[in-house]
Amino acid sequence: MEYRLKTPLAEGDVRRLRVGDVVYLTGIIYTARDAAHRRIMEYLKEGRQLPFDLRGGAIYHCGPVVQKKNGEWIVLAGGPTTSTRMELYEGEVIEKLGVRMVIGKGGMGRKTAEACVKHGAVYTTFTGGAGVLAAQSIKRVIDVHWLDLGVPEAVWVLEVVDFGPLVVAIDSTGRNLIEEVVEESSRRKSELLKRPLILP
Amino acid sequence: MLSKETIVKAIVEGIKVASIYLPPDVKDSLKKALEVEENPATRAQLEAIFKNLDLAEKLKAPICQDTGLLSFYIKAGAKFPALDVVEEALIEATRIATREIPLRPNTVDPITGRNPGDNTGRYAPVITWDEIDPRGDYLEVTIVPKGGGSEYVAVFTMIPPGKGLEGVKEVVLDAVVKAGAMPCPPTIIGVGIAGTVDKAVSLAKKCAVIRKIGSRHPEPKIAALEEQLRDMINELGVGTMGMGGKVTALDVHVDYAYRHPATYAVAVVFQCWAARRATVTIKSNGEYTITQ
Repeated sequence: MEYRLKTPLAEGDVRRLRVGDVVYLTGIIYTARDAAHRRIMEYLKEGRQLPFDLRGGAIYHCGPVVQKKNGEWIVLAGGPTTSTRMELYEGEVIEKLGVRMVIGKGGMGRKTAEACVKHGAVYTTFTGGAGVLAAQSIKRVIDVHWLDLGVPEAVWVLEVVDFGPLVVAIDSTGRNLIEEVVEESSRRKSELLKRPLILP
Repeated sequence: MLSKETIVKAIVEGIKVASIYLPPDVKDSLKKALEVEENPATRAQLEAIFKNLDLAEKLKAPICQDTGLLSFYIKAGAKFPALDVVEEALIEATRIATREIPLRPNTVDPITGRNPGDNTGRYAPVITWDEIDPRGDYLEVTIVPKGGGSEYVAVFTMIPPGKGLEGVKEVVLDAVVKAGAMPCPPTIIGVGIAGTVDKAVSLAKKCAVIRKIGSRHPEPKIAALEEQLRDMINELGVGTMGMGGKVTALDVHVDYAYRHPATYAVAVVFQCWAARRATVTIKSNGEYTITQ
């Protein structure tokens, strides 16, 4: 199925999605990778208010190529980074901040999947490396937080229109598409290890 | 007289070409993947890849936002007249390219976390004096903007020497399954076999990032190993971006060095589908060409 969704995302809209579905997202997304997640966790631990509100929002694992022209930031390339590194934090971020969609690539693990089931969220993937295509959907840089972390690690607040195709890779029933593919690969590997190489 | 400025200009131009245009062998091989894949989610990824490549060329923008840790592999003619300024020129070209293209500032001090913002720093960009041509009067620099996602899943291990090539196969297949969708498959996979850690890793790295897709090792046994490893990896079914499919590796390249009786070092290095590279050749009179 193909869906066109808008932020803020309603729990019902997100719970309807299933792995393999394709989403085009319009609204506001927040980039966050390793350092931003670490800082979010510090804020949560200290009970401090974040400078942005992620309720019903989408987090994008991305460190863009940006350029400042006439005082305005422009995103030239903005594809996803590998999500696996954010597995450490994402379950808690979904739970405590009310995030409804995590966008990245490469797959996420059990803790994120559990949070998606419990709190009504999905993990979707955009094609890794397709940075210019992603930038076409980014219409405006609304704001940037924590630029002291460096350009790739800062939180960029982006206005997107029909951002996609985003493939649902973890849904709120707990299915995990990429993990299923890798588990099948692992089974095939066991078979291949029994088949010897035939070399001249 | 050949000046440092000439080298800087040629290298900046080379970094642009490498960052914006995918080499023809890589593009052709991705086209073949699109021809054989049937799963809609997998095809959607490959179609997005081709849309992205067209847009990058049209807009002169870097293919991927991860413009990599810039790596330079140098083949130097011993008679090239400006060898003393080559390293300075590469660093200066990196700074200029970062500003002009622009590239994402990627270098980070691992001790303090500071990002200097210009893609330079201690041992960065990565400069490798790879080969000396004793009679040459030219400089050949292969530029590889190496992405972090595919570097992240590299594997190095020592296997019991008794296991031999079957042991190598196990390490490679394990690495590919463990990497899953993380290195942006379909990837080019480099395998290095040697006696020391550094030799295995540097051979694997060059196999992954420099050799062209479809090129085979000159020794028939190694060439056959490359093809069989490639076919087995593709039987694993990871597919483009881990969506499942027939093409997980665009190719596998293997190289080896003689080992020590006690050590059998195996390294596996991945290059993402956005396998960017360009070679700048500068003659002693300052004329230069860029090839991919």
